[in-house]
Amino acid sequence: MLARAVFTIWFVTSLIFFLVRLMPSNPIEVYINELIVQYGLPYAEARDQAASLFAIDLDAPLHLQYLDYMAQLSRGNLGDSLRSPGTSVWEIIVAFLPWTLFSVGLGLLISFLLGVLIGMLLAYNRRAFWEPVVSGVASILSSIPNYIIGIVLLVYLGVYWNLVPIHQMRGSRSPGIEPGFTWVFIKDIFFHAALPILTYVLSSIGGWILSMKSSTIGTLGEDYVTVARARGLSEGRITTAYVGRNAMLPLITQLLVSIGFVVGGSLLIESIFVYQGIGYRLLTALSTRDYPLMQGIFLIITISVVVSNLVADFVYGWFDPRVRVAGGD
Amino acid sequence: MTTEALIPKTGIRYWPARFLRGIVRFLKLMSRNKTGFVGFLLFIGFVLLTTVGPLFVPQAKSANIMEIYAPPCKLSQWVEFLRTSWFERVPHSEIKASSAPMCSEHLLGTDSQGKDIFAQIVHGGRDILQMALLTGLISTFVGVALGSLSALIGGGFDAFLTMLADIWLTIPRFPLLAVLATLVKLDNMLFLALLLSVLSWAGLYRSIRAQVFSIKERDYIEAATALDLGMWHIIFSEVLPNMLSYIAISFTFGMTSAIYAQVGLVFLGLVPLTRNWGVMINLAWTQGAIFFKDSVYFIMAPVTAIALFQLSIVWMSRSLEEIFNPRLRTG
Repeated sequence: MLARAVFTIWFVTSLIFFLVRLMPSNPIEVYINELIVQYGLPYAEARDQAASLFAIDLDAPLHLQYLDYMAQLSRGNLGDSLRSPGTSVWEIIVAFLPWTLFSVGLGLLISFLLGVLIGMLLAYNRRAFWEPVVSGVASILSSIPNYIIGIVLLVYLGVYWNLVPIHQMRGSRSPGIEPGFTWVFIKDIFFHAALPILTYVLSSIGGWILSMKSSTIGTLGEDYVTVARARGLSEGRITTAYVGRNAMLPLITQLLVSIGFVVGGSLLIESIFVYQGIGYRLLTALSTRDYPLMQGIFLIITISVVVSNLVADFVYGWFDPRVRVAGGD
Repeated sequence: MTTEALIPKTGIRYWPARFLRGIVRFLKLMSRNKTGFVGFLLFIGFVLLTTVGPLFVPQAKSANIMEIYAPPCKLSQWVEFLRTSWFERVPHSEIKASSAPMCSEHLLGTDSQGKDIFAQIVHGGRDILQMALLTGLISTFVGVALGSLSALIGGGFDAFLTMLADIWLTIPRFPLLAVLATLVKLDNMLFLALLLSVLSWAGLYRSIRAQVFSIKERDYIEAATALDLGMWHIIFSEVLPNMLSYIAISFTFGMTSAIYAQVGLVFLGLVPLTRNWGVMINLAWTQGAIFFKDSVYFIMAPVTAIALFQLSIVWMSRSLEEIFNPRLRTG
């Protein structure tokens, strides 16, 4: 499992390395040209400057450059940002990544728990008159792209009905507030993250509700549930330990896939709400053609997806003892 | 049924009749699932709107600063307009000159340059529709080909592809696309469709492979193998027909994820394409249309179009699933 994670990270890093260098519009050449045109630097000097920024020896053959890049990476050196010289890519990532992890993680957690709960409720009340209504809403929410939900929230909550102060909610925290474990600070970060989190919750809850509903309906028909009933176990224990736990298993595998999807989607959601997380920073890096930063952020996003997959695998083993036994050999 | 009584049962000469009968049968099957049928009708509506619509609705005029953010018609105004212009035959120019606030020209109002929004919606959907269909086709083909080959050949080939797919699935797709968009010009539709398909092959590959594995063990496949009918015959005549519902689902899934990615890229301004719904959202966004109540239609019109279009595809896929998987049919 760990080997595959490491391999994935290596694969993605190499993919990006070669893509950036073999593309017709090689960003290093572009940057050298830019330096020559903008600052009137002679070619050699511009080239030296580019090489130092990209942390790479341009005269070396490609495979040596690659080895060098990898060696730098393993020491945690991602190079410097092109557009804000003197700032290392690593510093930028450390400043922006926590906000994305916070908002995406909390959003996914809330939507997963709520979705599982509502899905089970629906499965237990299949005959209720409100069941089709809730299922319908869930199916609509699950098929609409998350950025569309974000835009609609912004336009209606923020502008049309004027319910929330969107201008003050921009950014990841208010200026002048000291970070720390104080009530003011915690209130402030939740205030700023509220709309992105709401978007993540709304856009992924529909899927959880629908899969939990069908999964629970399937589990309710299993023999072990009937046996548990026959043994006279309390309904509460059957619901949580027998039905709920087993019905949730396939959803945890889905959580694996959706983590990557939601982190990727943060690129769109964060730029809609001007929430200063890693997705927002990636977009600014993209639009200013800041290649080292782009490369670094993409790598970090991949690593966070891979790591959360590992965590999810671990949680899956905790939920399903059969996997733990099989995983041993 | 009356239609079947009218139409001769056999004979190649009556192919239009058989075609018609096929369509009637198809519609009947589609309408078994109500949600699916609604989705199907919506989808057909969108196809007509974007293909036939442009013939009737003229392209949005060039900028007109006199009519920036003109309000859309209210329902009562529409009724009034239809009454005066059609039933009382009042000339167009006269209606405009009259004192009543007229909205005859802009069903959904106008944008920041005074262009008609409805016309832009009608003309801006074809791009997205074509892209979605193309990506759906290519990615389904790639997924089906690799998935069935992998399951039938097995061995090292299968192990390699499975490992590659596992890795591929953890790569965050949308950021990768965004990064690629800055390295290569993605203004060619076919190229973008190919790229999207290549990036999304893994999920489809996995589900198709699992399906083929389960079908492979069945008796009729063993019989075909014993008869030495050849790999391609087995894939196309024995295996594929039995997993049409999976293929239909993955086709619609390919379409929705293509729309997601394409509109997302265009919204961020990373892909230059001709005026379509994504570009409309991007324009409305960058020109600050979201911050005024008057301009809400400029952004909500394309947003609604995309949301409804996605919804129609997802809902339609439910009917398709039932058609190709008779076991799901109830009653």
